[in-house]
Amino acid sequence: MNKAAITLRNVSKLYRRYAYRRQFSTLKSALLKGSLAGELSPDEVFHAVDDVTFNVRQGTTLGVVGRNGSGKSTLLRLIAGITKPTTGTVDVEGRVSALIELGAGFHPEISGRENVFINGVMLGLSKAEITRRFDEIVEFAELEKFIDAPVKTYSSGMYMRLGFAVAVHVDPDVLLVDEVLAVGDEGFSLKCLDKFGEFKRRGKTILLVTHGLNMVERFCDEALWIDEGKILGAGDPRRVVHSYTTDVEKSEERALAVGDQKVQQTLSEPSQDAVPGGIDAPVSTSEPPGDMLRATQGRWGSGPVRIDTVTLERDGEETHVFHSGDRLAIRLCVSTETTVTDFVFGISIFNAEGVCCYGTNTDIEEYKSLELVGSGDVIFSIGKLDLVEGTYKLDVAVHTRDGVQYDYHRLLYTFRVKSSVKDTGVYRPQHVWTFSNNVRFV
Amino acid sequence: MFSNLQRLFRYRSLIHTLVLRDLKARYRGSVLGFFWSFANPLLLLMVYTFVFSVVLPARFEGVGENYALFLFCGLLPWIWFSSALTESSNSLLTNGNLIKKVLFPVEVLPVVSVVANMVHFFLALPILFLALGLFASRAPTVGELVWFPVVVAVQFLLTLGLGMFLAALTVHFRDIRDLLANVLTLWFFSTPILYPWTLVADRGPALAGLPPLGKLLMDVNPFTHLAISYQEILFYDGPYGHWKWLLATAVAAAALFATGYALFDRLRDSFAEEV
Repeated sequence: MNKAAITLRNVSKLYRRYAYRRQFSTLKSALLKGSLAGELSPDEVFHAVDDVTFNVRQGTTLGVVGRNGSGKSTLLRLIAGITKPTTGTVDVEGRVSALIELGAGFHPEISGRENVFINGVMLGLSKAEITRRFDEIVEFAELEKFIDAPVKTYSSGMYMRLGFAVAVHVDPDVLLVDEVLAVGDEGFSLKCLDKFGEFKRRGKTILLVTHGLNMVERFCDEALWIDEGKILGAGDPRRVVHSYTTDVEKSEERALAVGDQKVQQTLSEPSQDAVPGGIDAPVSTSEPPGDMLRATQGRWGSGPVRIDTVTLERDGEETHVFHSGDRLAIRLCVSTETTVTDFVFGISIFNAEGVCCYGTNTDIEEYKSLELVGSGDVIFSIGKLDLVEGTYKLDVAVHTRDGVQYDYHRLLYTFRVKSSVKDTGVYRPQHVWTFSNNVRFV
Repeated sequence: MFSNLQRLFRYRSLIHTLVLRDLKARYRGSVLGFFWSFANPLLLLMVYTFVFSVVLPARFEGVGENYALFLFCGLLPWIWFSSALTESSNSLLTNGNLIKKVLFPVEVLPVVSVVANMVHFFLALPILFLALGLFASRAPTVGELVWFPVVVAVQFLLTLGLGMFLAALTVHFRDIRDLLANVLTLWFFSTPILYPWTLVADRGPALAGLPPLGKLLMDVNPFTHLAISYQEILFYDGPYGHWKWLLATAVAAAALFATGYALFDRLRDSFAEEV
C-alpha cells in the first residue's frame, strides 16, 4: 500500500511566450527565414511548473491549493500525461482518469447514449466494459429519461453530470480532479463526494485541485501548496492550508495598503474643480456634497482642524486584514494651527453593501470638548471586532457640535475581516449553543 | 514509430467510434439521413452528365460517349482525397478541446478524417458500379477488379501520410488551411481526371533524352497514377497495364507516410499547447 502512485522528479514545464510579432508567424515567414526548427524554438519562456519534486503514495488523497495561475492545472495535466514536462520525469502507476473538463469530446448532435460510449472509449474503456457499466452510469447521472436525446438539448448541469458519471466509472487507479465539484445541484455534489469517499475506501489515489479549502482540510490526507510553479508547502492539510491562507492575507494586506496609499496621495493634492461626492476618484473640497447619502467617496470640510492620517492597527501594528474577534484600533492623527474649543470626533463602519454597521462620535458618548492645540492622536479601540467576514470601509470626521464639518473623510479607508465561520449578516453577537441530552451532535 | 503504430492499433475501437460519430453526426437532423451518402454521388453524376453532354459536350479520344462515366471514375476518389486532406488538416484545431483535456493518441484524429471520408467513398461506389453496369460498353474483368483494393490501399496510405503532415503543420501555421484549398484546386486540374492523360502526355518541350514536360509533371504527381488506375480498371477496355506505376506510387506513399508520421510525432508535444 505504501508504494508511490505518482512520482514527480525535478519536473519543470516551460511555456513559450512568443514576442508579439511572432504570434502571427506564418508558413511564409518560416519559409523565408529558412528553418522551421528555428521558428518553433522559444524566444521567451515562462515557468508554469518549476523544478517540482514530490510523490503521492497509493491510497492517498492529495489536495493541491494555490492561487489562480500558480501552475495547479499544468501540474495536473503533466500527471495526466496530456502535456509532457520540459525537464524531469513523471511516473504514474495504473490507470489515470482526469476530470479536467467534464464531457470534453461530447458531440452535441448525437444522443447521450452514443456519447457515453464515445467518451468511455476515449477514456480507455473497452466497449464491453462500457456496456456492463452503462446502466450504472446513467443512473448515477440521473439521466434515465434523457439518455436517448441529443446532447445539445441537455442543460449544462445534465451535460456535466453525464461527463462526471462516465469519468468516475472508468474505475481509475489514480483520479485527477480539477475543480469540478461545483457541478450540478446540492444533491449531486453530495453524490460526487460520496463517490470520492468510495474511491478512498477502495485505496485509490486521488489528486484534487481546488479552491475549497474546507474540502482540503476535511477530505484530504495531505496537501500541497504551489505558487508560481514552486512548492511552498506540503504535508498536513491543516498546516498547509493555514500557511496558504496566511499568505493570501498578506497579499490582500499589500493590495489594501496600496489602495490606501493612493487615497492619501490624492488627498494631499488639492483639486480645484472636482465635484464633491464624485463616483470615481476621491475628491478634496471645502464644501460638503449636496446629497450626503449619495456621496460615495471623498473628503470635505472647512478646517481648521484636519485629520492628517488614519491608520488601522492590531496590537500596535498597522494592518488592513483582521480576523473576526481581533482587537482593532483606529488611530486619527489630527492637527490644527489655532486653538479650537468646539470639536467632535466621529467614526462609522460600513460594509460592502454600504450598510452602516456601526457609527458613533464623541458627542453622543458625552465627551465635552475643551481644547485642541497643535497636533495629537485620537484612538478608537474595539476590544473584539465581532463582524462577519467581508470588506468594510470607514468614515471618519471631525466637526463642531452643531455639525459644521471641519474635515470629513467619506469611505476612504478599507479593511477586510476574515473568519473561519462563514456566518451571515452584519454583526456576530457573542453566542453559545446549548443542547439538551437527546439532541446530539458528532 | 512502430510502438506508436501498435498503440494506434490498440485504439482502433476509438477510431471506430469516432468515425461512426462523424458519420452519424453528419446526417443527423436531415430528413433523408444516411440516404444522402447515396444521393449525393447520384446527383453529382446527373449534374456532370447534363453539363458535359448538353451544355458543354466533351469529346476526348478513347473516351467516347460516356464522358460523365469516365469523369466519375476519377472524381469519386478525388473527392475522398481532397475532403480527407481538408478535414485532417483541420482535425487537431477543431478538436483542440479534446487534445487539451483528454489523454489519447492524437494521431487518431487525422486517421478518423481519412477513414470517415473513405467510408463515404465506399458508400458512393454502388452508384458508380450501377452506372457502369447500365451505361458502360464493357464490364471490368475479375483480373482487373482484384487490383481495385490495392489502388484503394495505396490511396489510403498516401492520403493518411499527407493528412498527418498537414494536421501537424496546421497547428503551427494556420495559413495552411487557406493555402490548401487553392493548392487542391490546382492539383485537381493538373491530374488527369477531367481529361484523359494522353491529352497532356505529349505537351510541353522535351529536354534531352527525357519525355515531354507535360508527361514529366504528370508522372511525379502521385494522384495521376491513382486516377489512371481507377480509369483503367473501371472504364477503359483492355487489361490493367498501369500496375508498375501503381507500385512505384505505393513506395512513394509509404515514404510520405513515414515522413508525415515522423513529423507528427516530433511535434506531438506541442499540440496541447498550441491548438
